Amino acid sequence: MVEPSVEFHGVSLRYRILAEQGITSFKEWAIRWLTRRMHYQELVALSEVSFTVDAGHAVGIIGHNGAGKSTLLRVAAGILRPTRGTAIVRGRQAPVIELGLGFEAELSGRENIFFNGALLGRSQAEMEARLDEIVEFADLGEFIDQPIRTYSTGMVARLAFAVAVTVDAQILLLDEVLAVGDASFRIKCQERLQAFRDAGITILLVSHDLDGVVQMCDEVLWLDRGAVRAYGPAAEVVASYRASVAEGPAVGGAIEAAAPPG
Amino acid sequence: MQATAVPVLFNAADERLTVLQELRDLVDHRNLLWNLVRRDLTVRYKRSVIGFFWTMLNPLLLMIILTVVFSSLFRFEGIENYPTYFLSTYLVFGFFAQTSNQSMASLAWNGALMKRVRVPKSIFAVSTTLSGLVNLCLAYVPLFVIMLATGAPICLTVLYLPISFLLIAMFTLGVSLLLSALAVYFEDVQHMYQVATFGLMYMTPIIYPITIVPYKWLFVIRANPLTHLVKLARDPVYGCTLPGGHVILASVAAAVIALVLGWVVFHRLARGFYLHV
Ligand SMILES: Nc1ncnc2c1ncn2[C@@H]1O[C@H](COP(=O)(O)OP(=O)(O)OP(=O)(O)O)[C@@H](O)[C@H]1O
Ligand SMILES: [Mg+2]
Repeated sequence: MVEPSVEFHGVSLRYRILAEQGITSFKEWAIRWLTRRMHYQELVALSEVSFTVDAGHAVGIIGHNGAGKSTLLRVAAGILRPTRGTAIVRGRQAPVIELGLGFEAELSGRENIFFNGALLGRSQAEMEARLDEIVEFADLGEFIDQPIRTYSTGMVARLAFAVAVTVDAQILLLDEVLAVGDASFRIKCQERLQAFRDAGITILLVSHDLDGVVQMCDEVLWLDRGAVRAYGPAAEVVASYRASVAEGPAVGGAIEAAAPPG
Repeated sequence: MQATAVPVLFNAADERLTVLQELRDLVDHRNLLWNLVRRDLTVRYKRSVIGFFWTMLNPLLLMIILTVVFSSLFRFEGIENYPTYFLSTYLVFGFFAQTSNQSMASLAWNGALMKRVRVPKSIFAVSTTLSGLVNLCLAYVPLFVIMLATGAPICLTVLYLPISFLLIAMFTLGVSLLLSALAVYFEDVQHMYQVATFGLMYMTPIIYPITIVPYKWLFVIRANPLTHLVKLARDPVYGCTLPGGHVILASVAAAVIALVLGWVVFHRLARGFYLHV
């Protein structure tokens, strides 16, 4: 049997935040440290998250703002280390793809393709080989040689997506990237994602577009205040999420007080 | 592709971030490093024609001002070719000050990036140091022009400069790593350091010769690692001599200690960056 490409076993992640306001000056920190007045609170961004994703499956991640969706993707990308638990990811992952990531306003679209590719850990040769494909997919016409600062939001998103999906990754982590493109670009993206699934590439997709999620994903993971509320077939989970949203909104993680360390 | 056939096992909880691994990560990301340096340089030079000339023009203008001030108003006995004397140290000090200040801004600026991509976090300080080095080399062009124009001798000892640059760059990188890590946690570090660099410039024999320092303050100047590091750059250019053994020794010690200390502290603090950026 093929091993699942993503496995989370009881993954918890806590952000330690300072009570009152955050200390941002050295002076203040020194005073507090000396007077032992450091009060921390912990914000549970993920609590005991367990799920597995089989290779070639697309999983939608839904939940209210602040539920921990982006945090979960960052753990899967190896950027954040879980406080507890194990996260196993098999296969070369693409980094978390978010909008406007690491684009340099003064450089042209073409230059940014190389810069962005380097950020995503690709080699110069790989980018050169893929350049035409990326330019074609982004389909920005002559804007490709203009500085990014002359682009609209959607155009930047197209470029970001084009770089992201033209890649030899086995796992794609997408954080709300489909929201800004126009209708024709969205169709193109969906076709591309479908092609990825057919090729056996695993996709984790964070999205607030529930219809799109049902359409594109096999399973859906519903996060509620950092915990898994439901994980199962897309249509079912989305339906119960919708039902719960109708009952009343909820925002944010769970803040709890923590003993000062040491 | 061959490489994709081999699954990479990544376990977030298991991963131990060792100092050496960060180094390996850095080598793996050399393409990003190169791109960051290129971005720094193109953004600086490309969009403004003056940008490129500014690097060249800056020492020229400084020279005019300082020559007027220190050759005519305050005179230091026994210094010929004052412009060369001054610039041969000021340029490397400027490299140190600018790079360490910029690294702090650059790490904070790239904070959003660090949250989304798995990059070695030290890469920003390293790339800032490298692009600073390129600018430093460019700034030596007008220096040599000035030397020719003012009749200062240019000796073969200038071939020693790459070694001087290397040690100064190591020291600068170490200080940059240390300060940029602190600056992520405390935003006032950057402001305090700006004032500190200003003071540091006067604690380093750049505009004045070390011989005018009163004996009771000499130990302060000598304890300043930059005193030795700038001498490493001055001797081959201004004095037509190779730096003495004790200068080299002090410089190597300063460079190695700064780099190791900076690297270790950066590494420890880097674990908490995601809470602050
Ligand atoms: N650097 C940080 N320090 C402290 N708390 C943080 C930090 N980053 C995120 N959080 C908290 O962690 C929780 C989860 O955040 P996350 O970004 O994962 O939410 P999300 O589900 O992606 O929300 P959205 O739908 O708005 O994108 C939130 O409550 C947020 O306040
Ligand atoms: Mg989010």
